[in-house]
Parts: sequence; structure tokens; C-alpha cells
Amino acid sequence: MSVRTLPLLFLNLGGEMLYILDQRLRAQNIPGDKARKVLNDIIMTMFNRKFMEELFKPQELYSKKALRTIYDRLAHASIMRLNQASMDKLYDLMTMAFKYQVLLCPRPKDVLLVTFNHLDAIKGFIQDSPTILHQVDETFRQLTEVYGAISAGEFQLIRQTLLLFFQDLHIRVSIFLKDRVQNSNGRFVLPVSGPVPWGTEVPGLIRMFNSKGEEVKKIEFKHGGNYVTAHKEGSFELYGDRVLKLGTNMYSVSRPVETHMSGASKNLASRTQESIAPNPLAKEELNFLARLMGGMEIKKPSGPEPGFRLNLFTTDEEEEHAALSRPEELSYEVINIQATQDQQQNEELARIMGELQITEQPRQSTTKGDDLLAMMDEL
Amino acid sequence: MVAADSEGPKDPGIRMFRRERSIPLQGSAAALCNNLSVLQLPARNLTLFGVVHGPSAQVLSAAPDGVPLAQRQLHVKEGAGVSAPHITQVHWCVLPFRVLLVLTSHRGIQMYESDGSIMVYWHALDSGDAPSVQAVFARGIAASGHFICVAKGPNIVLSEELAGHQTPITDIATEPAQGQDGVADMVTADDSGSLCVWRSGPEFTLLTRIPGFGVPCSSVQLWQGIVAAGYGNGQVHLYEATTGTLNIQINAHARAICALNLAPEVGKLLSAAEDTFVHIWKLSRSPQNGCIEVEHCHSECVSDTQVCGAQFCDPSGSSFAVTGYDLTEILRFGSV
Repeated sequence: MSVRTLPLLFLNLGGEMLYILDQRLRAQNIPGDKARKVLNDIIMTMFNRKFMEELFKPQELYSKKALRTIYDRLAHASIMRLNQASMDKLYDLMTMAFKYQVLLCPRPKDVLLVTFNHLDAIKGFIQDSPTILHQVDETFRQLTEVYGAISAGEFQLIRQTLLLFFQDLHIRVSIFLKDRVQNSNGRFVLPVSGPVPWGTEVPGLIRMFNSKGEEVKKIEFKHGGNYVTAHKEGSFELYGDRVLKLGTNMYSVSRPVETHMSGASKNLASRTQESIAPNPLAKEELNFLARLMGGMEIKKPSGPEPGFRLNLFTTDEEEEHAALSRPEELSYEVINIQATQDQQQNEELARIMGELQITEQPRQSTTKGDDLLAMMDEL
Repeated sequence: MVAADSEGPKDPGIRMFRRERSIPLQGSAAALCNNLSVLQLPARNLTLFGVVHGPSAQVLSAAPDGVPLAQRQLHVKEGAGVSAPHITQVHWCVLPFRVLLVLTSHRGIQMYESDGSIMVYWHALDSGDAPSVQAVFARGIAASGHFICVAKGPNIVLSEELAGHQTPITDIATEPAQGQDGVADMVTADDSGSLCVWRSGPEFTLLTRIPGFGVPCSSVQLWQGIVAAGYGNGQVHLYEATTGTLNIQINAHARAICALNLAPEVGKLLSAAEDTFVHIWKLSRSPQNGCIEVEHCHSECVSDTQVCGAQFCDPSGSSFAVTGYDLTEILRFGSV
């Protein structure tokens, strides 16, 4: 599939994560300066130049597990902490939101507009920080450089690659159900009305030409939908009207963020197949993580700054209950490190992880390897 | 679900369709184009279906009323590679003396007996040579006379390589040439919307080249000298195969077309797209001047489903089957 998919996947999921965290920080009445610091720290880590360099290298998409590990790390890039249940819920919401956006993109190329919508909003979060703003603009420039030259066919492939990644995810999201963009069975509503994609004609016309290429006849047929012509094309410039609403912040009207876990995936057979089979890619994924997170310069919490815990649920009890009742098929297993085959590579990863001081309860461990395993298990 | 009839004079032979019994799938269908292959076996009272899930494909047989009989899962053959390989297409190739099931993926081309029971051939793609920026994989399968044609990136792999396209091929279609045994004509389509029409035989010759217009052509069919092509902007074009002239342009769909299929006995064309619609058209030639003509027969809305594959299930086009992204069943429609 396409080797140009990862930057789009990462940036859009990251954007959704920031929307959700911003909403929860406000809902939990976290003081403004602390909330801003959390978002600033995460955004700064996301758009770090070395990290972006690794991200933009042509590569296949890795597993959901590998990607989840990166977001776990990202969410903890500041003084904020999330319990497992909250992190799970955050990731559910992020993935379902972007799945929806990809599915509903009128043209495959419009996924770039969705990305720009996310970046525009991210710039809104960091208005007071010119250095981070510059980093985001730099990423913008990189996106334009890479994806500006890509053909419609390649965008179609990127779209298919993204949909492959999101296949069989049917978690019901309260906001989507309320807005009637998702059915109660978890499937998204695909409207058959509204503007057609830019570059597409409204269906219903048959045109006939002679051998000289002159139009000789026009016939109409009943298409069945209710489409209209597209008004204008969204802007791909640094600043501009994107026209498309997908990728903008749907949480800005303060609405509770809930998910329903039951009946998410009827087809368990295919899912169990995936998790039981031994993962021969574990080593490749570790390489990928080491490369990517090596570029992630996580700031160590300095000074007497006290951390705080963010809850994605409305009460602590709800969060506890969610942790206990999460269906088996939806558990995000962490990457299992097979026996320390590649000592050097594991040491490298351990060094990177070691630099990330998580102020949790101290662990008793003897070797670096155990340390690493313990750290990974806690994710 | 909405089924709409077309306006205008109706051929009494064209009827409405209704939903029939669905066939459950073990894994949901992947969002690929042309993601349904059907092998009709009327002599054995069977129909075989092939659907790509992702890393696996499912091949199953069903009775005429849609009751599933047997099923099998096929996987990509083991080999070197960085990430999990995905199957790109599964397709039956009807050769003069046998039927083979062909499966393409990033790793290569696998061929099986028609029921998927035994792998009879395996051709690995050179993963080492391919530049990392442009992933090259096999996509596009057709049988042409004695040959099986599989596209690899912009080239067609047979016993030799045929060059004719600059961008990756998306689909291949063939049709027995008029009045000649073992020889067929072939049309190939690519990501830029260009089409090539070939005369096959001991050697393949490029007959016509039809330029694209920057929009991918995802599916192509060939019938009695008519090339039918489905594009990413929802249009269906009908060209004269010998000259490459565009005769008909249909604004058929509001999203990218994912599949075209023909019922050759009656010249019915089926188009399916990501806009959830399946349309059925009647192709013909004007008795006066031999020009290509088309009539819209039927439109079917598969609610909230991004269709990824559609095929007729019988040569007279009185029934068809549909697959959709994330859908764990094959939907069947039959004439009323």
C-alpha cells in the first residue's frame, strides 16, 4: 500500500487528540495556564523537527499497537497524567473521528485539507509561542512539498491504506450518534445528497459524441441521489478557506465525550486471529519506535511543578468501571518485546525510554532489560 | 434502500431488482477497487465468490439461492518484507482448458486451482529492486486466450513484460476476439486514466492508446469492440476500441467508481461506486450507423455502504452481487 500515509495518519490523529484533551481540560476546570502548558508541551513534542524528519520518510504503516505507543508517550509529554482507561477512551475517540473524516472526504486528496484544518486549529492553541508556531508552519511547508506533487491515483491509494488501518473499528461515539452521522450499529452514515466533490459532475447526464468529437445528443437519467454542484475548492495554501468542515473541532461546543463499548465488533473471529498469531514484526516495530521516539525530545518535568491527572470520564468511578468492563477484543495490547535478541537495539530504546522520567512509584529492577519491559507494560 | 427505475421507454426484458439472501463473510471486505470476483458454474449449480479482506482473502461457494456451501481463506505466501503484506486482488482466470484462481499482493503473484485448494504457481516480485518511495505491487488480473496477465506497477507480467503505461495499472479486461479461437483482445487501465488496447496472441500488440485526463481509471471492461472505463470522478466513458474515440460520457456517480462488470450475453454493464450506488446500463450499437448507444436501466442504493466490488452472477445479468468496505457479507440482488 502507500508509503506516504504515516504523516497524514499521525498528524490527524494527533489533532483529534488535542481537541479532546482541550475539551477535557476545560471540563475538569484545570487552571488556564496549566492547560495551556500541557497543550504547548504536547504540540512542541509532536512537531519536533527530528521527529517530523523520521515521520516523513517513505515507509509502510505499522500496527495499531505501535502507533498507540507513540500517542501514549505524547500524551505524557507534560505534567498531565492519564490512567489506562482514559488513555484507551482517548485513543478510541481519536481513531473513530479520523476514520469518519477519511470515509467522508469527497475526494481522496481532501484528506490533505482535513490535515490542514487540524494544523490551523493547532496553531490557534499556540498563538503565544512563536517558536512552536514556526515548527508547525515548517511541517505545513513539508506537507505541501510532499503531497503537492502526488497524483490523484496515489491519493486514492493513501485513502485505501488509511481505510485498511481503520477496518472493522465500529466504536459508537456519543457525539456522532447524537448528530446522526453514525448509526446505532456503529456504521457511519454516508449521505447521498449535498455538493459533489470538486472536479466531479452532478450525476444524471449522458452525453453522446460523434467520431469527430462533437456532442450530438444529451440524455438525462434518474440517479437516485440529490446532489448539487460544488461551490468552490478548498485552499491548499498556508492560509485560506478550507471549505471542508471535516477536521475542524467538533468539541468546541462543550459536549460530553462518551463512548459505548458494547457490540463494537461482531466479527470476533478475524480479530482473535490477529492477536493470537505470533508477531514476527515485533523487532521491526521496535526499530520503528526507536527511530521515531528517538526524535521525540520529551521535556523532563522540572522544578516543583506538580503533575495532575486528567480523566476522560465524568467521574473517577466511571473511569474505574470502564477499566474493568472494557471488552476483550478492544484491549490495546502493548508491544511485547521478545527475548532480548538485539541487545544493542534494545539498549538504544532503553536509553531513550530512560531519558523519559515518569514520576510514578519507583520500580525494583535489576537489569536494563527488565526496566524496559516494566516500562512498556505500564503503557 | 432505494431502487429507482429509469425514465424513458423501457425494454420489457429489463426488470427491477430486489435484495436476496446475503452470504456471510469471515472477514470484512477491504476498501480496494474491483474487490469482488465471481465464477459462475451453472453446470454444477454453483457460484464461487472471492473477496479480499486485507492480509487474507476469502473464497467461497454458494448455491443458486445464496446458501453458502464451502469457504476457504487464502493468505499471502511467506517471504521477506518489512510490514504485513496485503492482498490487492483475487480473480478467476478462465483459460481454454482450466480455471485458475489468481491472487496478487505486494509479495507477488499466487495461482491456485479454481477452488483455492492447491497453489500451483508462485511468482515473487523483486522487493529488493523497487525504490522505496514508489511501492510496486501486483494489481490487475485477466485471462487472455492461453495467457494469464497480471500487472505489476506500470507493466504487465506474462512470460514477458509488456510496457505501455507510465503509471501503475489498475485493471485489465479481456474479451475473445471476434471469430478467432484462443486469441483475445485486452484493455489495460492505469492510475492516470490512460487506457491501452491490445491484440493478444503469440505476441501482444498495442492497438490503440487512449490518453487519460489526470483522473485514475479504476475499472475497465471490453465488449464487442466497446471499451467501458470507470473513473475516480464518477464518470463512465465508452470508447470505440479500434479507434480510441470517445463515444459516450456518463456522469454516473458522485464518487470514485470502484467496479465495472459486464453481462456479455445481453450487453449489460454494471457500475458501482463509493457513493453507495450501483447502476445498470444497457449497451448496444445503432443499427443505422453502428455508433455506441447506452440506456440506463436500474439504480440501486446500498445505504451507508462504500461499495468496493460488484459483479453480475449470471451471463444474462439478471442477478448481481455487491461487497462494501467494512461489510461482513456479500449482498445479492435478483430480478423480480
